[in-house]
Amino acid sequence: MGSGSGDGSTFYRIIMSTGIIPVSRPLFALVDVNNFYVSCERAFNPNLINRPVVVLSNNDGCAVARSNEVKALGVKMGTPWFQLKDLAKQHGIVALSSNYTLYGDMSNRVMSILRDFSPHVEVYSIDECFLGLQGLQSLWPIPTGIGHKIRHRIRQWTTLPVCVGIGATKTLAKLANHIAKKQPAFHGVCDFSTMSYEQYEALLSTIDAGEVWGVGRQLNLHLNAAGIKTVQALRDTPPAWLRANFGVVIERLGYELRGISCLALEEVLAPKKQIISSRSFGQLIDHLTELSESVASHTSSAAEKLRRQNSVCNAIQVFIRTNPFREQEKQYSNCMTVPLPNASSDTRLLVRAALFGLKRIYRPGYAYKKAGVILTGIDSAAVHQESLFTLHGADDRSARLMKVLDQLNQRYGRETVSVFSVGSNKSWSMQRESMSPCYTTKWQDVPIAYAH
Amino acid sequence: MTIIVPFEPTSESTLPVLQRAKLDSAVCILPLLQHRIPGGFPSPADDYVEKELDLNSYLVRNKAATYFFRVIGNSMTGAHIHDGDMLVVDRSVEPKHGHIVLAVINNEYTVKRLYACNGVIELHAENPAYPPIRLREHEELQVWGVVVGTVARFIV
Repeated sequence: MGSGSGDGSTFYRIIMSTGIIPVSRPLFALVDVNNFYVSCERAFNPNLINRPVVVLSNNDGCAVARSNEVKALGVKMGTPWFQLKDLAKQHGIVALSSNYTLYGDMSNRVMSILRDFSPHVEVYSIDECFLGLQGLQSLWPIPTGIGHKIRHRIRQWTTLPVCVGIGATKTLAKLANHIAKKQPAFHGVCDFSTMSYEQYEALLSTIDAGEVWGVGRQLNLHLNAAGIKTVQALRDTPPAWLRANFGVVIERLGYELRGISCLALEEVLAPKKQIISSRSFGQLIDHLTELSESVASHTSSAAEKLRRQNSVCNAIQVFIRTNPFREQEKQYSNCMTVPLPNASSDTRLLVRAALFGLKRIYRPGYAYKKAGVILTGIDSAAVHQESLFTLHGADDRSARLMKVLDQLNQRYGRETVSVFSVGSNKSWSMQRESMSPCYTTKWQDVPIAYAH
Repeated sequence: MTIIVPFEPTSESTLPVLQRAKLDSAVCILPLLQHRIPGGFPSPADDYVEKELDLNSYLVRNKAATYFFRVIGNSMTGAHIHDGDMLVVDRSVEPKHGHIVLAVINNEYTVKRLYACNGVIELHAENPAYPPIRLREHEELQVWGVVVGTVARFIV
């Protein structure tokens, strides 16, 4: 990295002798929004600024996002809300239900701002994005500059605070991002590519190997046992040894830490090979009717996702289970995979198959906590194998009907038109007791500006 | 019609030769013209067709940085901002003297005209019934965004 000045001069001599324009080396940035869900909530509610805030998971189960104030109180990610209630009262922690509509809109804004900076973008998750910076040297001679500009612009245009990590590989960019987040001295931008050799080595020798992207808890234990404790030590381990002991994925990780890019940007999302739709119920339910409604609704939303990626599926798995944490109660869980007569993405056929399976695994007398479906055997709608017999839900009529169904639901809101009576009072739907308004996506929810 | 080609694995890696399907005269009659073709003179406007007017393009300069707020109160009626109007707020515009801005005062969003001259910073209402808000020396004015438009709907 920092010792690259020697390389640079040889490079220069080569250019002089051959006149070939140098191909720029790969360079990656990882942009990550700090405490994303909490930051989105704060964007439209000044009362939450400088106060401890947590955002709770579906059904208000556990903390999935924590403000820095809450982190400072020692609250870990995923702590169940009921365990936090006393601490919350004591410190005035505000708990909010997750508002995915708001987070989705804010995420889209961030990603569209990032697309202005680079043509090479991989949206890695709702709050993380990789950028390819190769070829941008003439615009941004020092990569740190683009990092600070990104940070400033996202802050200004969306209020959201982000950190930027820059490195020669995705793994290094991710590590740099981690440092930018943990060490305030970097002011939110950590750029390995312009860092001095001494500083770089000093940093790598103080960071735990477990912080490296792709090093899980198990692997970290193995590495520690072998005496590999820091990122520096992991980088200096011969890749052949890593391959022999942990396989090719970890060998690649070793190369990535050495600055040799093995993981390319995935700019186009590969179609999913499996689509899951499930959720825990707001309250325990025992009737087949209510379970059926929930399964039908999950099937509908999974089928919609399937059609959105222009795919069909060959089988659907339906599963139900009771609450394993209520040990005093009778436990039951079961699943069944129902193959389809032919590949299809027709909601009507999929719902029929799912309910067929549900009826066979349902046992009365249990309090069910969760139900869902998994679509498997997913193929592209264009290349799937035809059947000899009459097709169920795979002809033109079906395709047209599903298209209208999707358009209606997109235009007038989810479940405007649905297959199978999806009841109006959904005792199985999510509990979201303290959800913020959808400030940016619903006219009746936009924030108030006082003129008084 | 779906044509089913029996797949016979061969030693060569070539695709099986497709046999020409027998034409079914009853099935193959297609209407010659799928679309109606007007018999008259072609419309002289065809070459000049443009996209229809879109209010978004009129009101929104920067989509990623634009947010909407609903007005409550009458302190800005002089600037044609009325109770119930929808404000179009752009965070990518740098606030300057004379802009109508959305400021954060006492943890509330307030819409006022920004007065920033000779080191004096004030927020002015556009209604004589409301006095200006003066900032004391140590106070910091938080401008959330610049108001670039309003939208109103009337009951009909």
